[in-house]
Amino acid sequence: MTEKKIRVLVAKPGLDGHDRGAKVVARALRDAGMEVIYTGLRQTPEMIAEAALQEDVDVVGLSILSGAHMALTPRIMELLRVNGQTHVKVFLGGIIPDEDMHRLKEMGVAGVFGPGASTEDIIRDVQTAVAG
Amino acid sequence: MNYSQAILNGDRLALARLLTKVENNSPEGRAALIELFPHTGKAHLIGVTGAPGTGKSSLVNQLTLHYRKVEDKRVAIVAVDPSSPFTGGAVLGDRVRMRDLSGDPGVFIRSMASRGSLGGLAQATANMVQVFDAAGFDIIIVETVGAGQSEVDIARLAHTTLVVEAPGLGDDIQAIKAGILEIADILVINKADRPGVENTEKALKSMLELAHPTERVFRHHGVYMNASMPKEQAGEKLWIPPIQKTVSTEGAGILELAGAIARHAAHLRQTGDWAARERTRLQVELEALLRDALLNQFRKDVSQQQYEEVLESVAQRRVSPWEAVHVLLNGRST
Repeated sequence: MTEKKIRVLVAKPGLDGHDRGAKVVARALRDAGMEVIYTGLRQTPEMIAEAALQEDVDVVGLSILSGAHMALTPRIMELLRVNGQTHVKVFLGGIIPDEDMHRLKEMGVAGVFGPGASTEDIIRDVQTAVAG
Repeated sequence: MNYSQAILNGDRLALARLLTKVENNSPEGRAALIELFPHTGKAHLIGVTGAPGTGKSSLVNQLTLHYRKVEDKRVAIVAVDPSSPFTGGAVLGDRVRMRDLSGDPGVFIRSMASRGSLGGLAQATANMVQVFDAAGFDIIIVETVGAGQSEVDIARLAHTTLVVEAPGLGDDIQAIKAGILEIADILVINKADRPGVENTEKALKSMLELAHPTERVFRHHGVYMNASMPKEQAGEKLWIPPIQKTVSTEGAGILELAGAIARHAAHLRQTGDWAARERTRLQVELEALLRDALLNQFRKDVSQQQYEEVLESVAQRRVSPWEAVHVLLNGRST
């Protein structure tokens, strides 16, 4: 019981209803031995930050396909900061244009994954980010 | 960070962090548990168990809404889901059904993976419940998958245990053979708007009658006979689990269920069973800690080499395991 498990919140903020990608990632992280808390569709930034706090996660993985990533991501990161969870690594998956990707990384997003990203890469990046 | 003081002051981040430390059984977690212990013993612990797919999470969601809106009580929820025995990972999805509770500072939901360790899960859950208790939550709900002995053990930690069934999951034989029903203080038939609810209710009722003799009227050779148990046996001390029907997606039957839970709590306090259950719970905890401590003590006293030697002689069937224990215990001071 003393082994520290990586805890990940997988969340879908915003209004798009496609959670297949989020579920595939949740399952891949589970198979890599992580404890994944899945919150379901249409979460507000406040709901996500609150769940991240209550579950004391190391990582928040956001899946956004609606194009609203530039509005939702900074808001969630701000709420995590306000709650004192500055150590939490935020990852983003979805259809993200290159120019946005750079800006998101500047904001402190630990990783951005687009269509075609392999689950092996996601697992490796999450493990590295938590260890580092 | 002094976790215990922060938690008594209502710091939610400290609470979340300490739950992790306690779940991982870290020295910091244990130290905080010692400090928090005097502040525990106030909450009403409710265990919710039942087969997968009976709607436990939705029921907990509705019940918590009731406690918040009608009774203004603070509620903590520990939702346990199984870990994969192969990878140790888990997907914890109970929050999906509890989204109505989001944004309410009077509710704290914590998902927990079973992590598959022997007896460790019940211990970790008990400790997490203690933390919530000290943090001042009035009601603590522990939701588990009713699929194994450890889950039954967790439900047993509770003052009031709900066993959730749903129509169409099994025939009346299932109701008889399922040992899990015997731990129920209240039986809930969820999804009661589904066909087959009468059969489920009938099966549960007859199962209860086998376990708790009650007054029955039956017809024998055309004459109505009354087979009642002796009055002194039917004393006020006896609690017969009520069957509550709910439809948790609509909130139907929740008010009645909350009423049954309150009646059970009152019954426990009246009969002295509340104190008895607390005592049993603490005794189980004490014995688990004692077992761990004695085992650690033993490992310190007996060298690994000596242990291996005895194990080898058992493996070669020269010494029986009973004799081996005797040798190891008595050889320990020499």
